Amino acid sequence: MAVTEKNAAQKVKENEEDALLSVRDLHTSFFTDSGEVQAVNGVSFNLKKGKILGVVGESGSGKSVTAYSIMQILAETGKVVKGEILYKGENILNYSKKQMEDFRGDKCSIIFQDPMTSLNPTFTVGWQLREALQLHTKYKSRSAANRRAIELLEMVGVNEPESRIKQYPFELSGGMRQRVMIAMALACEPDILIADEPTTALDVTIQAQILELMKDLQKQLGMAIILVTHDLGVIASMCDEIIVMYGGRVCERGTADDIFYRPCHEYTKGLLRSIPNVNNMKEKLIPIGGTPINMLAMPKGCAFCPRCENAMKICLDEKPEEMQMPDGHYAACWLNVKKAYEEEKAAEAAGTREADA
Amino acid sequence: MAQNTKKNSEYLVEVHDLKEYFPVKTGLFTSVPLKAVDGVSFNIKPGETLGLVGESGCGKTTVGRTLLRLYKPTGGEFYFNGELVTDKNIHRLRKEMQMVFQDPYSSLNPRMTVEDIIGEPLDIHHLYANKKERHDKIMDLMQLVGLNAEHATRYAHEFSGGQRQRIGIARALAVDPKFIVCDEPVSALDVSIQAQVINMFEELQEKLGVAYLFIAHDLLVVHHISQRIAVMYLGKLVEIADADELNSNPIHPYTLSLLSAVPIPDPKTARESKRIVLEGDVPSPLHMPSGCPFRTRCRYATEQCAREMPALTDRGNGHMVACWNK
Repeated sequence: MAVTEKNAAQKVKENEEDALLSVRDLHTSFFTDSGEVQAVNGVSFNLKKGKILGVVGESGSGKSVTAYSIMQILAETGKVVKGEILYKGENILNYSKKQMEDFRGDKCSIIFQDPMTSLNPTFTVGWQLREALQLHTKYKSRSAANRRAIELLEMVGVNEPESRIKQYPFELSGGMRQRVMIAMALACEPDILIADEPTTALDVTIQAQILELMKDLQKQLGMAIILVTHDLGVIASMCDEIIVMYGGRVCERGTADDIFYRPCHEYTKGLLRSIPNVNNMKEKLIPIGGTPINMLAMPKGCAFCPRCENAMKICLDEKPEEMQMPDGHYAACWLNVKKAYEEEKAAEAAGTREADA
Repeated sequence: MAQNTKKNSEYLVEVHDLKEYFPVKTGLFTSVPLKAVDGVSFNIKPGETLGLVGESGCGKTTVGRTLLRLYKPTGGEFYFNGELVTDKNIHRLRKEMQMVFQDPYSSLNPRMTVEDIIGEPLDIHHLYANKKERHDKIMDLMQLVGLNAEHATRYAHEFSGGQRQRIGIARALAVDPKFIVCDEPVSALDVSIQAQVINMFEELQEKLGVAYLFIAHDLLVVHHISQRIAVMYLGKLVEIADADELNSNPIHPYTLSLLSAVPIPDPKTARESKRIVLEGDVPSPLHMPSGCPFRTRCRYATEQCAREMPALTDRGNGHMVACWNK
C-alpha cells in the first residue's frame, strides 16, 4: 500500500517536472469603479513541452485574461491576486521587471486576434521585426537583423519577403498581417507561443492556411502553444489537450477525445449540443438557455448553475472542485458526484440481492 | 405601361443578372468600377431559405442590400412575387421584404425604446388604426421573438447581444413580410446564444412561412438553416445546390476547398479529413483576373479559364456549377 502511495506521489512530481509551464490556482481580478471583477477564478493547468493546449470558452469566460496573466500584460486595473505561474519551476510572478522583459518574447510570446491593431501602422514590417530581433537575439546589427527578418518571413510563408519588409501593415492583407505577427512572435524562438484567437478575424480559407502554418511550425521548432479560441472546430483539429472555461473557472480539462466524446460537465455538454455539426443537420439545435454570466454578480456556487437544466441544491451554494473522472480527465460538476453515488448504491443493492440469493 | 413588369412564377424572389458596381476614384476626374456583384442570378421559393456563403469581400452583403435597394443596382432585374422591383414601387414592396443586420449593437437606435424600434416600421407603413392597436401589435411581436413585455420601455443598450438580435428580428417581422434578408445575423453572437437565434429563425419560418436569404460565412450554420446554398466568389456565383447535395458532393474547386477548410467540431473527423489549403489571397476586386475569377488560386485552371467566365450549368437535380473543367 505504502509503495503504491509513494509511486503515485512520484508520478505527480514527474508530471510537474514534465510541465514547461504550470499554472496553479490562478486568480486575476480587475478593480473597476463598479467593484471587483473576478475575471479568472482559480485556474490550474500544466503545459507540456511541444504540446498544443486549447483554451475554449465564450466571451467573458476569462480565457484571454488567463493568457494575459501569463504574459503579465494585463490592463492597469487588472492584477493577479492569488496563485502561481511556474515556468520551468520558477514562479514568474516573483520576477523583477528586467527578468519579465526577458521572459516576454524570449521564452514566451503572444499573437493577438486582430493583426491590424496589434501591428504599428507607422513603421514598416521590417522595422518592427528588426526591433524584436535586435532587442532579444544575437542579431544586433541592422544588416544581420534584416537578413534574419527575411528568413523569418520566408518561414511563415510570406511571398517576396525582400520587398515585403519595406511595406507598411496597411499594404498587407489580413492573412499576411497575421503571418507577420507570427514571424515576430517566433523571432526569439520562444518555448511557448500564446495565440489569442489568432484566426477569428480571418476567412475560413485563410484560417486554414494559418492553422496549418502553426501546426507545421510547432513540429519544426518544438515549441508549446496555448491556443485561446471560442471556436470548437479549431480546437478539435488542433489541440492535444483542452480546457473548457466558464465564468473564470475551469469546467473541464482533458484530451480532445475526452471533451468531445465523453464530456462530464453540463456546460461542455450544452455547448456541444448547441453547435451545428455534421451529424445534427436535420435536427433542431439544443441551445443553452439564459444569458451569459454577469461577472460583477458571480453566483456563490457553480458559475454555470443559473443556466444549468440539471442544477441541484448543492450547485447553488457550493463551488464544485475539480474531480477526476473514471477515464482520467477532470471536470468540476456536482452531477458527477451524484452519478458516482447512485452507481455505487446500485452496485451495493445488486450485491445485497446476490447475497440474499 | 410596360408589359414586362408582371409575370407569373412559382418563385417569390427571382434575380436575373444582378450587377452592382461602385465607382472608386483613382484620380481627380477618373474612377474605375469596383465590381462588387457581377451578374448574379438566383431564385427563392416562398417559405424557402437560400444560404449565401463566401469569403469577406466576395459581395454577399452587397447582394442583400441591392435587393432591398439600399444601393441602386447597376444592372439586372429583380422580380418580387412576379413584380419587377423599381425605384417607384420599392417603398410599397419594402413592406413585403425586410432585413436583419449583422451587428445588433449598431443597427438599433440607442435613443429609442424597444417599443419605438419595433413600432417604427408600423408607423412608416401606417399599419394601425389607433395607439392601442399599435401597442398590442408590438406586444405580440415581442412575445413572438421571446422578449418579455416589461422590456418594451427599455433602451437597446440594456440588452445582451442575443436579445438585441431578437429586437432586430421583431422589427423586421413587424410589417409581416414574405421575405427577409438576414445578413450574418448570428456572427456577432456567442456560441451558446447562436443556437437560440438559429432555432428562432427556423421556428418563425415554420409559423409564418417567410422566405430567407441567409447570408453568412459560417458554413455549418448555413448548412443547418438552409434548404439550398449558393456559393459566391468575387462577385460571381460559382455553385448553387441543395444544402445536403452541396455538402456531400461539391463540384466547383472553390466550394471544395471552402468546405474542406471548415474546422469540424469533431476530433475524429478533423484527424481523418485532409484539408485542401488554397494558396494565396483573394485578388483585389479592382484588379479582377480575366475570365473565371477563381483561376488564380485554382489548381485545375486552363487557358480557357483565363479567356472566358463559365456560365452556371445544371449538373442534374438543379445542382448548378460554373466551371469549365469540373
